[in-house]
Amino acid sequence: MNKLITAVILCTLPFAVHAETRVFACEAEWAALADEIGGDLVDSFSATTALQDPHYIQARPSLIAKVRNADLVICSGAQLEIGWLPALLQKANNRKVLPGTDGYMEASSFVLRVGATANVDRSKGDIHPQGNPHIQVNPHNMMDVARALSARLSKLNPDNTNIYDENLNNFLVKWEASMARWEAAAASLRGKRAITHHKSWVYLLDWLGIEEVANLEAVPGLPPTAAHLSQLTSQFSEGGADVIIRAPYQHGKSSEWLSERTSIPAIVLPLTVGGTDGATDLFSLFDDIILRLTEAMDDA
Amino acid sequence: MRIVSLPGALIALTLFAPAAGAAEDNDIELLRAAIDELRADYDDRIAELERRLAVAEQNAAQAGYAAQSTSLPQAQSSGNAAFNPAIGVVFQGTLWGVDGPGVESEGFAVGETELIMNANVDDKFAAYLTAALAFEDGASELEIEEAWVETTALPAGFGARFGRIASDFGYLNAKHSHQWDFADLPLPYQAFFDGRYMDNGVRLTWLAPTDLYMELGGEILQGEGDPSGLAASTLFANVGGDVGSGGSWLAGASYLERDTMASLTGAHFVWKWSPDGNWKDRNLIFQTEYFDYGDIGIDGGWYAQAVYQPFERWRFGARADGLQTDADDPRRYSVMFDWSNSEFSRLRMQFTQDQTGVENRNEWGLQYIHSIGAHGAHSF
Repeated sequence: MNKLITAVILCTLPFAVHAETRVFACEAEWAALADEIGGDLVDSFSATTALQDPHYIQARPSLIAKVRNADLVICSGAQLEIGWLPALLQKANNRKVLPGTDGYMEASSFVLRVGATANVDRSKGDIHPQGNPHIQVNPHNMMDVARALSARLSKLNPDNTNIYDENLNNFLVKWEASMARWEAAAASLRGKRAITHHKSWVYLLDWLGIEEVANLEAVPGLPPTAAHLSQLTSQFSEGGADVIIRAPYQHGKSSEWLSERTSIPAIVLPLTVGGTDGATDLFSLFDDIILRLTEAMDDA
Repeated sequence: MRIVSLPGALIALTLFAPAAGAAEDNDIELLRAAIDELRADYDDRIAELERRLAVAEQNAAQAGYAAQSTSLPQAQSSGNAAFNPAIGVVFQGTLWGVDGPGVESEGFAVGETELIMNANVDDKFAAYLTAALAFEDGASELEIEEAWVETTALPAGFGARFGRIASDFGYLNAKHSHQWDFADLPLPYQAFFDGRYMDNGVRLTWLAPTDLYMELGGEILQGEGDPSGLAASTLFANVGGDVGSGGSWLAGASYLERDTMASLTGAHFVWKWSPDGNWKDRNLIFQTEYFDYGDIGIDGGWYAQAVYQPFERWRFGARADGLQTDADDPRRYSVMFDWSNSEFSRLRMQFTQDQTGVENRNEWGLQYIHSIGAHGAHSF
């Protein structure tokens, strides 16, 4: 009997002594940002990896268990996770992280989103009426979300406000210095033209002054069609674009096919932390993005 | 303070600049630099205020954003076209044929059209309605499948739902027909529930605070067709987790007791896999359920099925289902493939060999499932 009691105590102990704020991030960039702002005071978990399309995730039991124990849920929002997050929240029985509470935040509601539309006709494909949710690839947006996240963590855990503030300031100083470095390194990219697989890169291209001239997907969210690809082939056979970009989770077939016929280089860019071997944190994510873009286009 | 000092600096410049005359250029340069600095600072602040205003306006204009996203189970409806409640309709129908000894027929059946409405009631409750519109024998019928209210405010991992609910007994029972991977339900569901088991009552669930998913729950129900009182109850437990980067599983056991019938015990196991967990391209679902029925005549039932998506849009599946009776073990074998143009439309071809009768018969069906409006996130 004593053994049983000891076993029960040992089993429940890890939950009882959990002092950190448990952060459930829908995407890896927000988990990384929580680590930057929260440091040792947060225990972050990312529901998705950079190799997974965050539009299409199964509402897995393991994720429900994580939401059940979370103190803060941070997601891109703007309906990116509409196909799975509501199912997790419904099953998780955790009132602390429901939308509308302090335990829930959508990063995209702290930045200016592009592409918002009142036209929600689904014949136009998988559109996000609240605007493009892939906001993390513009470092300016990351600063806005960092400030909001720091404020939110302070609200959840006022005792640690000073530490969050300090971490935020350190992060912002380092981030602004890095941004200057990235912008200098990417100066030659200004005015270049890119074809992208999905509209995942509008914020990045906008920041770097690269023009998006076409998408491989004829209709957002649906796989590229042969007809659309051959139309792109004739459109860009004489030039008109400098690079073809896709995310690690997108099938390479279409961009390689187009690249072969047009001699426009096709590259994979990490859309979030972990997308490439080089992108191990938020800083190296942008290091790697800029490196890959400049390598592809300087060769061209 | 610094903002106020800008006009001050301007006045200083206008006052002193003419008087300075031959004053050292240095002073003028210093003042000019000071003003430029102030102006830059001012511009930054204005730009930041303008940005914040724009973000606030954007979020306010997309009115439903904060409000709608508090609606849990459904598609958070969209910006300017926000509905409250969220409304969705699923259209289904089948072109079918049967070919066997003594039977040869075909037809077109409009399946049940599901009307789904849901929204948060307030900060502590959410409500949900599914009505099925069906044509039966030339007449239109409206059936309330589910009409429940759910609490969102219970602490410590508890959740409660009451009203007319689809029981959490088994795995497939809680799934709407548009979520099925085959056009029809497996034999045990048809034999034990004549479809899905839906009833009026209360459910309580509890989720353990562990990294392993552990859910315990129970229901007290009216007992379908039994006006005498609370004549049915269920108990169920589910566990689940991930294996590697691409696999995940759910296993569960459930128990149903009904006053008017023998008790039913169920066990289920579901395995889902996709490479690196990237579901969109390729994926595999395997699921099986077993039912033990303590009645004379039928001892139990089972099914096992696998559905594989080798590339986007196309899925291929096979299923075997059967019953265990005192006399024999009737079985069916089905194969299907389906094509989804998007998440909202699906066309499916299914072939079934039915060995439940004296002689085998073949069935085929061409099914469509189309969805408009808000569409809830699907559970595992």
